[in-house]
Amino acid sequence: MSLISFLVGLILAFMGANQLRQFGAQIYVANLVGLSMAREMGAMMTGIIMAGRTGAAFAAQLGTMVVNQEIDALVTLGLKPVEFLVVPRMLALMLMVPLLCIYADLVGILGGAVVGVGMLHLGAAQYYQQTLSALHLLDFVVGLIKGTVFGILIALAGCLRGMQCGRSASAVGAAATSAVVTGIVWIIVSDAVLTVMYNILGI
Amino acid sequence: MPAERLQDAHIFVHNLTMAYGSLVIQRDLTFGVQRGDIFIIMGGSGCGKSTLLRHLVGLQAPAQGEVFYDGQSLWQVEPAERERMIRRFGVLYQSGALWSSMTLAENIALPLEQYTDLSARQIGELVSLKLALVGLGGFEDYYPSALSGGMQKRAGLARAMALDPDILFFDEPSAGLDPVNSRRLDDLILELRDSLGATVVMVTHELASILTVGTNAVFLDADTKTMIAQGDPKKLLAESHDPKVRQFLTRGDPHA
Repeated sequence: MSLISFLVGLILAFMGANQLRQFGAQIYVANLVGLSMAREMGAMMTGIIMAGRTGAAFAAQLGTMVVNQEIDALVTLGLKPVEFLVVPRMLALMLMVPLLCIYADLVGILGGAVVGVGMLHLGAAQYYQQTLSALHLLDFVVGLIKGTVFGILIALAGCLRGMQCGRSASAVGAAATSAVVTGIVWIIVSDAVLTVMYNILGI
Repeated sequence: MPAERLQDAHIFVHNLTMAYGSLVIQRDLTFGVQRGDIFIIMGGSGCGKSTLLRHLVGLQAPAQGEVFYDGQSLWQVEPAERERMIRRFGVLYQSGALWSSMTLAENIALPLEQYTDLSARQIGELVSLKLALVGLGGFEDYYPSALSGGMQKRAGLARAMALDPDILFFDEPSAGLDPVNSRRLDDLILELRDSLGATVVMVTHELASILTVGTNAVFLDADTKTMIAQGDPKKLLAESHDPKVRQFLTRGDPHA
């Protein structure tokens, strides 16, 4: 998670640096990295990592429960599997993805700063000031809303594929794979929808 | 059995057709299970015994027909009422189906916590009692994965009995047990029936248990996709002329 966010920040800075240097506007690398991490890449990378890690785990856990008839056992005791197994997982990701998202934002910005200071020879304090002036609280909130939505979708995809699991051991593997694919597709689609919506709302 | 008595049966299955999509598993099943019966669902592999059990416990809706408990239809009622009916069942699944993330004690305590007002201490005592009843006293804090298959099954039985059910369902209780343990399980089932006053419905092809504990049975046939015999398995063995039933109950021995 740290490594990936750090590298994403680094890559953004590199790409930006090459373009912006042509105009002598290297300092705007700070704006580029800060804004793209906070508004977009932090949430997106967190979402994709969590879909691969936690979404797949949810599908495997619930899939195994289906195969072992543990879900049937819940139903015949009158306990609702959705209430019992899906809701807690969804709440967990709804809380944790935004938190991880903030962490990814900060590590990514740090990655950008390393390029800015090391390669573009900007002062560390200067880079810091530029980042502060470019970013508003709203930019983080925009990213956090995305993170929350992604968390819900990852949990839903994982639990859905887990509950739909067939009744054999190989079906559990298929459920986990399918949960990751579904999770990532949902994340990208919802990201596009949210970005367009933000644009229309002007935030 | 005359039709009126069938209607009064503890469990009454009427013209039940079971299907997965367009694939019909069994059709036109009609039989009654009286209170206190040990009712055996038998038949060759793949004839739909476990599917019939899933219909009886409310996990799968019939394609056609009805299942009545004390005259009340399981599938015509509101979901909330159905849930209330299902809560009176205890089900032992083929593999035990214990929740693997919980200890034995937590497994058995969960239904008690959900449906009774007992204090934590009373629940703890009850859990120990139920575990002792199936010979697993002292295993409260073990996780299911740490137990052998037979022990998991007995723990599953303890959980099935947690709420003192009216009807106990067993899906192949003796599969995977050695003959001695499987005999012990039969004895345990008889004991439970007598002490709880419960009705027992059991899917099994363990011939020894069918003939020792069974008081009533249906025989499902995979080829004709319906039931071809019903009644006391001992009587079926003595009187049935159906070659398939005879073959099953004598393990294919033509001289028996």
